[in-house]
Amino acid sequence: MANDPEQEPYVALRAKALESLLIEKGLLTAEAVDEHIREFEQDIGPLNGARVVARAWVDPGFKARLLQAGAAIGELGIPGGGNLVVVENTPAEHHLVVCTLCSCYPWAVLGLPPTWYKSFAYRSRAVIEPRAVLREFGLEIPDGVTIHVHDSSAEVRYMVLPERPAGSERLSEAALAALVTRDAMIGVAKVAMPDAAAVAAG
Amino acid sequence: MHGVHDLGGMHGFGPVAREENEPLFHAAWEARVCAFEEILCGDDRSFTLDAFRAGIERMAPANYLRASYYERWLASIESNLIHEGVLTNDELEARIDLLRRDPDAVPPPAVVAPPPAPRAQPPSPPAAAPSFMVGDAVMTRNVHPTGHTRLPRYARGKRGVIQRLHGAQTFPDTNAHGLGAHPQPLYTVQFPARELWGESAEPGQSVSLDLWESYLERAPN
Repeated sequence: MANDPEQEPYVALRAKALESLLIEKGLLTAEAVDEHIREFEQDIGPLNGARVVARAWVDPGFKARLLQAGAAIGELGIPGGGNLVVVENTPAEHHLVVCTLCSCYPWAVLGLPPTWYKSFAYRSRAVIEPRAVLREFGLEIPDGVTIHVHDSSAEVRYMVLPERPAGSERLSEAALAALVTRDAMIGVAKVAMPDAAAVAAG
Repeated sequence: MHGVHDLGGMHGFGPVAREENEPLFHAAWEARVCAFEEILCGDDRSFTLDAFRAGIERMAPANYLRASYYERWLASIESNLIHEGVLTNDELEARIDLLRRDPDAVPPPAVVAPPPAPRAQPPSPPAAAPSFMVGDAVMTRNVHPTGHTRLPRYARGKRGVIQRLHGAQTFPDTNAHGLGAHPQPLYTVQFPARELWGESAEPGQSVSLDLWESYLERAPN
């Protein structure tokens, strides 16, 4: 993504000028802006999504309700699932989420998107060469596995329920949640056990 | 519109660059612009989310490609506020000049007038019942609207299958231009990658999109 540091002072000045005018016109206050920024900073990012995934792995009833309707995240006290669709990765099917037109992303469960998700490279390529993109993320999807790409063109938001890693049978729900990454819930990574020895021991 | 924002399937942008331990924002102004959008954008606020997206899409293509993510947000917030009559370009330029000359300038106390009410949207008829069911074969229309649309170019005139029904939702193509919400049934439509990309498609792939009813027609058998 273009990010010319030499442009930054000018764009920062423009933002400052706009804020000054909007305050003058009564459309916002500096305090309200600060309050929103505090909320962004407290954004727990993908932790909500990780809790959802771990619960789905240990509770088949919850998983069924979640795959039926994303609003099931409300059972964990997480709001904003009304427009959420959760898609499940299996040994035969792999799901990947993108927004080719802008940057739609499931904020309720994953927080603000990383810059790569909003990049021209990801937006242009995920729909036409997902296997090549995933390879760059270090994820090789075998030819026998179908890849379903979800291009978020409306207000529906998508989250991937990754496969539970082999060898994780004895882990608690909290320990499972700690394994789940943002990238796995976008579909560009799998969830792995912390080290291969644990898998062998399991 | 056939904008440069409609990126799906384009070539030439290179590998997906990632940043380890990326901060939430890369500069203080980005966080402020993000907050402006949260405060100003919404159905009963200064402009709708659809109008906000349309504002980004109206950027000249070279500017869109050159700008960073939050610069595009700032550009759309400015253009929407100017369009809504909340401020003028001259006011904005004058304020930029003032703050450039004197970063600590305190503008004269405002004549506090109540902010203009959001423009009333024309009324919309209630949405019709969905015409398609899960499993129905549909064709996307081969349309090329000059305004805002959420039917990407790569998926026009293509055959797919209805996968999910989502109920009636605001139609962005009208809502973005102040022409009303006109809710329509929304569907998830799945397309085989081969239908979209022909011989170039990777094996074993589908793409699904969430599409409004008026983007679709029944597929011939």
